[in-house]
Amino acid sequence: MDGSATGGGIEVEALVREFKNGPRAVDGIDLEVGQGEIYGFLGPNGAGKSTTVLMLTTLLPPTAGSARVGGFDVVSEGPRVRATIGAALQEAALDPLLTGREHMRLQTAMHGLGKEERASRGGELLERVGLAYAADRKVGGYSGGMKRRLDLALALAHRPRILFLDEPTTGLDIQSRTALWEEVSRLAAEDGVTVFLTTQYLEEADALANRVGIIDHGHLVAEGTPAELKAEIGRPTVEAVPRSEGERERMAAVLARFGERAGSSPRGVAVRLEGGESQLAEVVRALDAEQIAIEHLQLHAPSLDDVFLAKTGRSLEGAGEDQPEEAGAVGSA
Amino acid sequence: MSGSLRTQVGHLAHRSVLRTLRQPAQIVPAIVFPLFLLAVNSGGLEDATNLPGFPTDSYLTFILAVPFIQGALFSVMNSGTDLARDIETGFLNRLALTPLRGAALLSGLLAGSFVLGVVQAVVYLSVGLIAGAELAAGAAGALVLVVLSVSITVAFGTIGLFAALRFGSGEAVQGLFPVFFVFLFLSAMALPLDLLTTDWFHTIASVNPVTYLLEAIRSLLIEGWNVPDLALGFGIAAAIGTIGMLAASSALKTRLVRT
Repeated sequence: MDGSATGGGIEVEALVREFKNGPRAVDGIDLEVGQGEIYGFLGPNGAGKSTTVLMLTTLLPPTAGSARVGGFDVVSEGPRVRATIGAALQEAALDPLLTGREHMRLQTAMHGLGKEERASRGGELLERVGLAYAADRKVGGYSGGMKRRLDLALALAHRPRILFLDEPTTGLDIQSRTALWEEVSRLAAEDGVTVFLTTQYLEEADALANRVGIIDHGHLVAEGTPAELKAEIGRPTVEAVPRSEGERERMAAVLARFGERAGSSPRGVAVRLEGGESQLAEVVRALDAEQIAIEHLQLHAPSLDDVFLAKTGRSLEGAGEDQPEEAGAVGSA
Repeated sequence: MSGSLRTQVGHLAHRSVLRTLRQPAQIVPAIVFPLFLLAVNSGGLEDATNLPGFPTDSYLTFILAVPFIQGALFSVMNSGTDLARDIETGFLNRLALTPLRGAALLSGLLAGSFVLGVVQAVVYLSVGLIAGAELAAGAAGALVLVVLSVSITVAFGTIGLFAALRFGSGEAVQGLFPVFFVFLFLSAMALPLDLLTTDWFHTIASVNPVTYLLEAIRSLLIEGWNVPDLALGFGIAAAIGTIGMLAASSALKTRLVRT
């Protein structure tokens, strides 16, 4: 990673997308992604992630602002942007009647690869994503994970310098998810591909991204490395479960002395420790002094969900339920 | 046509043909339904040949033109629903991210209609001849009949593409099917135009382009080589195809909002 957004990177300035009779799906975001970097774009459903991706991939014109992808302007140099990028959009858009190999052949041909290169590139990518064994099977019979891996292979057909992945692991089992993460990490580390990845999974952003941007209601509310963002929040959470259900209220009153309430399991009580993890011993002593028997006590390091909560006042889980669906480029015309 | 455009058209056409051949549910009704109506009509309306001025004594030969048009109407539905599905699933977005040219997409998609049109025309003509219909224009006429039928099928296919791009939904495209059948019923489908004595019906049928498509096909079956009728039939197919293609191209520009 060279940290430069020019060439193989992404530069976004005051980007806005407004839909007719609707709210601003994207409301003036600024961001910069360096070459070879994996940038995690985190937010709930309807936050503006997919709309941003559609603008950066030239499938949706911005209402205002500017964006350069791979050094090219997304509005005035659309064809050059498209030649530079690969994209796997939100749904794995595949034809159930075609085989994996036929998809590769079509995609490589559309990108103008020569006849011999088409076959070799297709075979190489199917091998790389672990689909060589199913290459001649119709995609309609593929599992969700296989479809996502084929989607990724198709996005890489023309050796793009920048890859957009819009919620690539949504709905996948943990095994398929991990396999995809490994391939994305390898692409960035070994091939120097810049990856712009949207996700609503905290652990995905945490595991994959060099830097994370958190978007909510079309605004970029936080940005930094996962470690920086967590450090900014700083405070760990302590969660305690009383041995007796009847002691829960008393336990909550004791813990309230150490910080504000945080989300916990149904039987437990959690607070964000104002004084940091060194307060843990005091918490135990206070509970002991009140003779509250503890069944379970756990210290949680700050998570990206804590960051999201601190920045938006809501937990990421379920945060998107009150937000409108985003419109897709082709579907919205 | 440049090399890259030729490659794009070729691959999209290949996909369209594969899709058509891999969906028996598209091919079978498009062949069976018109043949079923052919059997019903030719059996039930045979006495119409006794009307003074009726051009042939075989109602089967007269009505054999109808399946070619009915089959072409299926083309509207098939080409349209295929493209609408591409829009709904995001496959069109995938193609939009490549250096795809609009002309390549539309031409490639019509390849499926072309193949279906050839299969339909050969089956209808073969079944008709086996059942006893005449083909006054002979073997060369059979070839021209297939070419005309395919032209009509592809021309109607462009309307399906336009509908899919305009509305973006397979249901909307399928909703057009009955509308197009009204065009067929309000034409000289069951009787020659001259024998339609009800004024309003005669007026509508005489301005309905489907009438002239039927007459072009009938000219080969009943008369032999009637150049003006054939020219009119090919001309109308070309006009429908051109208008449909222009409308589809315009709708594609709106649909593909890529910068």
